[in-house]
Order: sequence, then structure tokens, then C-alpha cells
Amino acid sequence: MFKFLAGRLAQMAILFVVFLSLVWLLLQAMPGDISDTLTANPAIPIEARAELRAQLGLDQPLFVQYFTYITNFFRGEMGASFSRYPQEVADILWTALPRTLVLFLSATLLAFWLGFKSGKMIAWGRGERSEQGLIVSGIFLQTVFYPWFAIVMLWFFGFALGWFPIGRFIDARLWQGSPYNANDVFGQMIVSVIVVTVLYVIGRFLIKRFSNNLLTQIRFGQGLAILAVGGLLLFWWLNPARDYVADIAHHTMLPVITLALVAFGAIMLLTRAAMLETLGEDYILTARAKGLPDWVIRDRHAARNAMLPVTTSLVLALAFVIGGGIVTETIFSWPGMGLIFLQAIAVSDLPLAIGALSITGVLALFGHLLADVLYAMLDPRIRIT
Amino acid sequence: MIPPPIAADDEHAPIGQTDPEGVSTRELTGGADLATVPMWRIRLRLLRRSLGMMWGLFRGNRMGMLGLGLIATFAAMAIAHPILMATVWEPRVYDPVHGYDAVITEYTVVEGEPSDPATEISLNQARLEMNPTIDVGETIFIPTQPAPPTLTGETPHFLGTDARGRDILSQLLFSTQAAFFLGAVAALTTVFIATTVGAIAAYFGGWIDGGLMRFADLILLMPLLPVLIVLSAVLDMSMLLLGLIIGVLSGFGGVAIVLKSQALSITVKSYIDAARVAGGGHWHVIFRHIIPNVLPLSFLFMMFGVTEAIAIESTLSFFGLLNVDMTWGIMINSAQNNGYLLSGTSYWWLLFPAGLAVTFICFGFFLVGRGMDEVVNPRLRSR
Repeated sequence: MFKFLAGRLAQMAILFVVFLSLVWLLLQAMPGDISDTLTANPAIPIEARAELRAQLGLDQPLFVQYFTYITNFFRGEMGASFSRYPQEVADILWTALPRTLVLFLSATLLAFWLGFKSGKMIAWGRGERSEQGLIVSGIFLQTVFYPWFAIVMLWFFGFALGWFPIGRFIDARLWQGSPYNANDVFGQMIVSVIVVTVLYVIGRFLIKRFSNNLLTQIRFGQGLAILAVGGLLLFWWLNPARDYVADIAHHTMLPVITLALVAFGAIMLLTRAAMLETLGEDYILTARAKGLPDWVIRDRHAARNAMLPVTTSLVLALAFVIGGGIVTETIFSWPGMGLIFLQAIAVSDLPLAIGALSITGVLALFGHLLADVLYAMLDPRIRIT
Repeated sequence: MIPPPIAADDEHAPIGQTDPEGVSTRELTGGADLATVPMWRIRLRLLRRSLGMMWGLFRGNRMGMLGLGLIATFAAMAIAHPILMATVWEPRVYDPVHGYDAVITEYTVVEGEPSDPATEISLNQARLEMNPTIDVGETIFIPTQPAPPTLTGETPHFLGTDARGRDILSQLLFSTQAAFFLGAVAALTTVFIATTVGAIAAYFGGWIDGGLMRFADLILLMPLLPVLIVLSAVLDMSMLLLGLIIGVLSGFGGVAIVLKSQALSITVKSYIDAARVAGGGHWHVIFRHIIPNVLPLSFLFMMFGVTEAIAIESTLSFFGLLNVDMTWGIMINSAQNNGYLLSGTSYWWLLFPAGLAVTFICFGFFLVGRGMDEVVNPRLRSR
């Protein structure tokens, strides 16, 4: 196991250096540089422009620039952004990354919860009329033209019904003169959710330790879930920053629902296919022969094994956080990684653009590793050597 | 060596069996002596037979047939455009890029608030919006754009016009051609590269396999949309180039890995050893024995490739990053640029035809892909 991990990590490091170099080269190939946009004013003399290029190091030979960038990168220096000088790239990305990850993770979890449940159900009741309807809507959601779908969602729920704000992260009027910083409040929200999740997982583990009865386990599990969600809501209800937290949560809802709907279709279809495959296995026949109730066979024997490919595909989807984020964040004006990348590209702010892409690379690499390890953990038939 | 003729009774041939064992020799040779019939004719008949069997299986899949129907509808739309342009539609009005038409309403300029807004316009508004020198009592012609659908008149617009007075239906039909072209280029490139790479990696193994698969890992790391956005700044992105780039990126990436595992399961079959022992060279075995057996799965990925390519192209042109005249993505982009993004149902003809066209063509190809999946993977069949 240890040898496998060490080997993989070494391979990942090499792959990452190659990836970073490729991305760097690709972005360098874009015509023009930041001095085009910063000195668009015709009154600025040509010497000033040359000086700007010299200050930013853009006049040096390409390979010098490359080695400077790579050595600095691995020293933990991503440099300062050109277009948002003197902000550091790392700082900009550090505020943007949680926003994108929260959007993506909550949408994925919501989609997984709903998609896995309905996929399980339609595979179990194969041939029922509701199956066809769900499959068709699942395929529709999977193939829908995503930017158009997001626009229609924004128009319908944000504009026509007025249930949700139209885009953006916070309501500027509410936050004007507020004693809180939006990023701090958002950070506290994330921390509180993580703490509650960890407590919930520990609780589930304890329930399993102290009870062998499946029904008791499930009842206590449900009670614990209600307790966790209720506790979280109560905590923020009593918090002095209540209105501000509610504002951020309100802005988060529509993009999350939109992303989740699209992911829902894919997850449901994948679960159904995996479930159908599992249901043909011998151990399902054994379970039936033992006289186990239907729901135990479905939930405990079949669905657990059908979960494998679905989980791995979700982890692999981590690689597409930024790619998928670009469309969502543009349409919902959500200031995350995708929007920052797009803005950086528009003004050839190279350090910021490379920084954003390098984070995608890291996420993708660890996603692949996590998928492999998770697969071996979930499926005892697979051994990592 | 001539095998003894087998009685021709097709009814009892097992369904889905595509290997020659279940085929009667008489059918393959057309009644003639086996030794006198050229090999290519037998191959052709075998191919036709297995295709016929696949079609029979596919036809039973209602969703697959629905997808095929959708694709056929879009193909008809693509063919209809040049015919309509040549016969009924006048290019000056109906050209998808340069055409212009508008519903012109006559207004009388009045002092103060107009009592009937349908025929009268206030002096201030007329001076501000149309003509600064106009006076009270004169008539003024104002074009309405985007105009709602008109079914009658000299130049009917069945889906209305966009904010620049161009016919939406004409744009919709014209863009279908681009979508098919791009889908075909991207899917063919993907499948060609992925099949070759997968077969070579599976057959040779060793460092060739390792190198190609590490390259696939690297390609998988590249987020497709951001890379294409950067590339559209570097290159002058036309439809052909975009199709080739999408094809190369997905051909060396994920699809190659899947097809390699399929090819791997074929390289260990005994008929590959037989071909080697009979003196077949590396390339003979790869192109004559491995690739034909991977092809059904390749066709499946071709269908999904079309779906993905069209979705990516539409997203890129929605951002206005491609150097093309008119696509469905550009139609939505121009609705956005002219400020009709949240107009919803009040200007439905600007957003819904284009968005639904992209959705339904992807839907169609996806359904056909799923139908083919059931043909290729016997485990998925419901029978």
C-alpha cells in the first residue's frame, strides 16, 4: 500500500510538472500581453510601456521567464496578479476557490442523494411506467444545452417568479455598512457545516458499534440526521450575523439547484446501469434464497455494490470543477475560479490564469488518486499492490 | 479444404451472433462453389449480414428509434436550408447572417402624451429616438425588432426575427449544417485516433503502452473548456479546426483508454495467436483482426462524441469565441448581447429555438448511442 502510494505520488509530481509547463506554454502563445490593456491610453509614451514590460519581466527571453516561473512556483510563490496588482495570485485564488468548491460540492451531494435514490428505485422496479419517464428526463437533463438551461432557470426562478436573487454572491445593499466581511462569514459557514458533518459521521459510526439491529440503526441514523440539520439551522438562527448568512445562502441556492439538476440525470442513469448489473449477480440470488426482505436486498446488497462506479465517477468529476464552473459562474455572476480564469484570460493576466489552471491540475491529480484508493477501499476484491 | 455445406435455416440462428459459425455457406457464396467466390464478396456478405442483425436488434429499442428520428429531422432541416434559399427565400431578406427585414409601423407625432399608443407617438420620444428634426403632425415609420413570428404577408417569418432583423428560422436551419459538420469531424477524428491508439497500445504493450497511456493521463488532466478558450485566442478557430482539436484531445484521452481495454480483451483471444502463427505481421493483425473487433464499440463512442462536440461548440460560440458566421450558440450569444437574456417567454423566439435545437440534437445522438450500447453489450438487453 505504502509502496503503491509513493510510486503514484512520484508519478503525479512528474505529470504535474509536464502539465504546468504545457499550460504555461499555451498561455504564452496567446497574442499580446498585459501592457496592451494597461497602456491602451494613447497618451502614454512608448517608453512607459517598455518600462512596464521590463518591470513585469516580460522583456526577458522565454526560457528565462519559464525557469523563473517554475522555480518560484515550487517555492510556493505564484507571484502577483498583473491586472489586480498588487494583489497576490495566491490570495485571489484562496478567496475564489472555496466559493467554487462549495457550489460544486453541494450541488454534487444533492444530485448524488437524489440521483442515487431514484436510480436505485427505477432499476428495482424495471418495466414500470415511471421508469421510462424518469429515464427520458434523466437523458434530457444530461444532454441539455447547459448555458441555455442555466439562463432559463435564472429567468424562471429569479426573474419571473422572483424566488431567488438574479446572480451574484451577496446583496450589496444589505452588506453596505455591515460589521462583517463576506469572506469571513462564508468561511464560518463552511467550517460549521464541516464540523456538523464530522459529528454526524462519528454519530453514525457509534450507532453501528452499539446496535446490530438494522432497523434500529436506520431509525437512529434518521434521527441523527434531523438533529444535525436542526442544530446547524438553530446555531445560525441564534448567531448575530443571521441576516448576512441567510443572504449568502439565498444567493447560493439557484446555482446549486441548476448544477444539481444537470448532474442528477447523469448520476441517476449511471446508478441504474450499475444496479442492473449488480442485480444479476449470484449473491443477490443467495440473498433472495435466504428469504431476506426486498428492501434489505435492494439497499444493503445491491445498492452498496452499485455505488462503486458512481462514487468513482463523482471523484473524477473533480477535474471539471473549473471547466464546468466557467459557464455557471458567468451566467450567475458568481465570483469563483471560473469567472476569475475568464477575466484573467481576457486581459492576458498570465500569473492569475496559470494559477487557476494549476489548481485544476492539482484537483484532477488528487481526484484520480482518491478514485483509485476509494475503489480499493470500497471493493474488498480489489487489492492495491 | 471446403467445409461441408450447412443447411440454410436462418430462423434457428441465435440472435446477436455475428460470427460466421451461424451463417450458412450457401448464403455467403450465393449458391456457387466456395472456392470460386472471391474472398471480398464473402466478407461483404458477412458484413451486411451482421449489420442487418444489429439493425434488427436496434429497431427493437424504442428510445434508439426516437433518437434516430430526431437526427433524421435535423438532417432534413440541414438539407432544407439551401433548397429554400434557392427557391422561396430571397437572400436579401432571409440570409442567416446578412439578411434584414422588419415589421414597420406608422406613427403620427403628437404633442404631449399620445392618446392611442398604437398609432401615435409623443414629440419628445420621436425626436429622442428616431429623428431630431421631426415636428408635430408628421408621420414616422418605426421598425419593430426583434419582431414576433408572422405567418402571413409578403415575407413571413415563422419564428420571428432577431434584434438585427434577421430571420430566426433561416438561422436555425443554417446552423444545423454547421452542427452536423462539426459533429462528424470531431467524432471521426476521435474514433480514428482512439481506435488506432487503443489497438496499438493493447497489442504491443510494454513501453509503447505505458507511454501512450501516460499521455492519455496528461490529456485527461487538461480541462477541455478552459484549454479551448485559450486556444481560441491563439488560433483563428474555424469549425474544421475546432472539430479536429476536440477530436484529437478526446481521441488521445479518455476514449483511447476505454478502447484499449476492449482491444486488450481481444489480443488474448486464440484467433489472434492463430493469425500470428499463420505468419501475419504486426500491422496485419492490428488492422485486420483487432480493429474490426473494436469497431462496434468505437461507433458507440462516435455517437457520444458528436453529442459532446456539439455541446462544446455551442458553449464556445455562446461566449463568442469562434470565428464562424452563424451557429445556435451565436444565436443565443446575440440575444444576450442585445439585452434579451432574461426576456424569457415574452421574446421566446430569441432563446428557445436555438437552445432547444442544441438540446434535441444532443438528445438524439445520445439516444442512438444508448441504443447501440444495448446492441454491442448483450448484458444490457432487456430480453
